[in-house]
Amino acid sequence: MDFTFDSEQNDLREAVRGLLERAYGDSEARRKVVGNDPGFDEKTWSRLAEMGLLGLPFAEEHGGMGAGPIEVAIVAEEIGRVIAPEPFIEAVVLAGGLIAAVGTDAQKGELLAAVAEGTTVPAFAHAEIGTRWSASASAVTATQAGDGWTLSGVKEPVPTGARADVLVVSAVVDGGTGLFVVQGDAAGLTRTGYRTHDGTRAANVRFDGTPATLLGAGGDQTAAIERALAEARIAYSHEAIGAMDTALRTTAEYLKTRKQFGVTLNKFQTLTHRAADMYVSLELARSTALWASMVQDAGGDVLSAADRARLQTSRAGRHVGKEAIQLHGGIGVTAEYSVGHYTSRLTAIDHLLGDGDFAAARLARTVADQETVDPLGAPYTG
Amino acid sequence: MRLQLSPELEAFREEMRTFFTTEVPQEIRDKVAAHRHVSKDEYVEAQRVLNAAGLAVPHWPVEWGGRDWTPLQRHIWREEMQLAGVPEPLAFNTSMIGPVLAAFGNQEQKERFLAKTANLDIWWCQGFSEPDAGSDLASLRTTAVRDGDDWVVNGQKTWTTLGQHADWIFCLVRTDPAAEKKQRGISLLVFPMDTPGVTLRPIELIDGGFEVNEVFFEDVRVPAENLIGEENRGWDYAKFLLGNERVGIARIGATKKMLAQAKEHAREITVDGRPLLEDPFMATRIAELENELVALELTALRVVANSADGRPHPASSVLKLKGSELQQAATELLVDIAGPLSVASFADGGSDVPDWARVAAPHYLNYRKVSIYGGSSEVQRTIIAGTILGL
Ligand SMILES: Cc1cc2nc3c(=O)[nH]c(=O)nc-3n(C[C@H](O)[C@H](O)[C@H](O)COP(=O)(O)OP(=O)(O)OC[C@H]3O[C@@H](n4cnc5c(N)ncnc54)[C@H](O)[C@@H]3O)c2cc1C
Repeated sequence: MDFTFDSEQNDLREAVRGLLERAYGDSEARRKVVGNDPGFDEKTWSRLAEMGLLGLPFAEEHGGMGAGPIEVAIVAEEIGRVIAPEPFIEAVVLAGGLIAAVGTDAQKGELLAAVAEGTTVPAFAHAEIGTRWSASASAVTATQAGDGWTLSGVKEPVPTGARADVLVVSAVVDGGTGLFVVQGDAAGLTRTGYRTHDGTRAANVRFDGTPATLLGAGGDQTAAIERALAEARIAYSHEAIGAMDTALRTTAEYLKTRKQFGVTLNKFQTLTHRAADMYVSLELARSTALWASMVQDAGGDVLSAADRARLQTSRAGRHVGKEAIQLHGGIGVTAEYSVGHYTSRLTAIDHLLGDGDFAAARLARTVADQETVDPLGAPYTG
Repeated sequence: MRLQLSPELEAFREEMRTFFTTEVPQEIRDKVAAHRHVSKDEYVEAQRVLNAAGLAVPHWPVEWGGRDWTPLQRHIWREEMQLAGVPEPLAFNTSMIGPVLAAFGNQEQKERFLAKTANLDIWWCQGFSEPDAGSDLASLRTTAVRDGDDWVVNGQKTWTTLGQHADWIFCLVRTDPAAEKKQRGISLLVFPMDTPGVTLRPIELIDGGFEVNEVFFEDVRVPAENLIGEENRGWDYAKFLLGNERVGIARIGATKKMLAQAKEHAREITVDGRPLLEDPFMATRIAELENELVALELTALRVVANSADGRPHPASSVLKLKGSELQQAATELLVDIAGPLSVASFADGGSDVPDWARVAAPHYLNYRKVSIYGGSSEVQRTIIAGTILGL
């Protein structure tokens, strides 16, 4: 087992960090960008495209870079470090990932190249009101109409749903959940976007006999959705780690400068120990997330690895996010100061695809399956 | 010892419940219950309804509108009010400056202010904290210098809650910069917010709301008669006031109400066809929270019953500390139940996400404040360690 990045990966990290620092190194810049629709900066999106990041995990023949989960993790962490509002995970990892996993060659050739170039922003319209974090659809149904299909029902909340150029939509089909592609300008499509608490955007997306094309060969795609969600959960864990890292560093810096009772706050051991505990949480989460990406890279059990990563990073994210605010005192809850926005983003990450309790409950169902756990290989069964 | 409420107290509870749920406008109570913004007019209206019935300031001296209730009655009053979603009488008026005026103000000040304070004819705000004087309040720097019949105030306050609505501010100011101990040279002054030289700048919080402000004073002239109590004794009044604040801040009834809402919503959301409330993880989490809340309520009953001559029991820090934690845990529970819907925080028309789920995340983020204001959790631990454990 080796957790070190190779030189290309280090270069990638430096390049992404440089770009994102230029865009959002000053937290005021992010506040400005999220203050206006679409909630991210189209120019930064183009720069990410120029750097090849928007096609990072796609095959080269489809206009991508053919990189793996470790590279995705590196980018996600850098996004989290400045909580860049660009929908890299939503558009590239999740929506793009589904197209790459399920689409026909023609669809991949057409759609993925456009995503990689930054000209098409896709979104995965999957969440439905009243259920949570499921891999299947129930509120949107697909009906075959001649050669094509139509969709009816409501998806919400759909991250970047109003801005997206194409939607990948999960819908009820005979025998399960199918995946469809809907163009942003399709008839019978109504999208109402809004700001989410973390400054990004989501939408209510209504389908009313909306024409759609099947993504890939059709049939039940629940397993593919489950897998794509797991991969996105792992990527979110890395984004959360970047965010926690900054929240912790900002807090440590604050403890060294803020004076009360005639001394800087770091003279109070009770506070420095709390910062130390934040670090412990962060590093355990970092190890688990990196491990999960390696499992994914090695073709291992990505579903359970994603649950472990989410459980650890969700708990750590809450711990670090809350403590970051608390140790700042009043300034921590203001919109003008950055640390609250980090906590807000960590909160949103938790709720978009599944929180710690959700992951723990899934892991709980499998505790009886093995005698000991072994992250390095097969479980020991006696 | 006695487990049950006496028949008289049962009747008292019923009386409170009936009053709160029938006399205070439903519309206002619904807003409080939904954690929606309550307007100034609505606050004022609600407090006046209470005051007219003698229910706004029962803990004040009888001559100024108090009721001479037992601590248990006060607890029931507060609890029922929170359960009914009644906006609580403005704390700055009723738990902070009012009791201080009643205890330390002169007769003229009492007559001038107390009735109006109880009726919210005057909306007070609290000018204690400063940018460099938070937990270390005694290091405050705003000065008041005597000039003839006036005090001239210069400096800056911050975190002034609802200062945008306030008619008057009660302010800690430094009147003796040469005092040997910095706690000694501080006085308590009150003055109208529209006095020349007072400016207010709103501060946006992470939930997008505007409830706190910075307040700047530039050569603000305050008549000498607006000094409360004795010159340079302001610190004692501040401690008295903050102790009172702490008792009310546990907000057990409000947390109970949130847990009730949590259960209701967790029944509506299904996971794999089953109500979320039946999920063992969720049910266990709620059970643990309810149990802590029971423990806190019982402790509150023990502590309030023992508070001597109106002064807070030292263990009131337990109430503030744990009360903050449980309020925060309840808001976290609600946002977790909302799950993916919670991101739809600023949706208005055109969204199908129910109202409660939209407010859940901003409410959760906003409530990080309760372990910071009114003496942070760290400060409460220091008080427990110092005054109670002698450490
Ligand atoms: C929403 C909100 C509303 C408020 N409303 C009002 C108001 O109306 N009027 C008013 O006057 N004030 C108000 N306050 C101010 C509040 O009382 C202060 O924020 C509080 O006293 C903490 O001060 P600070 O923010 O400067 O944090 P700091 O004192 O800088 O504290 C930062 C962190 O260090 C910890 N800390 C500080 N000193 C110690 C120590 N010695 N030992 C261990 N830990 C320590 C704190 O607990 C905190 O975690 C409000 C605050 C908020 C957030």
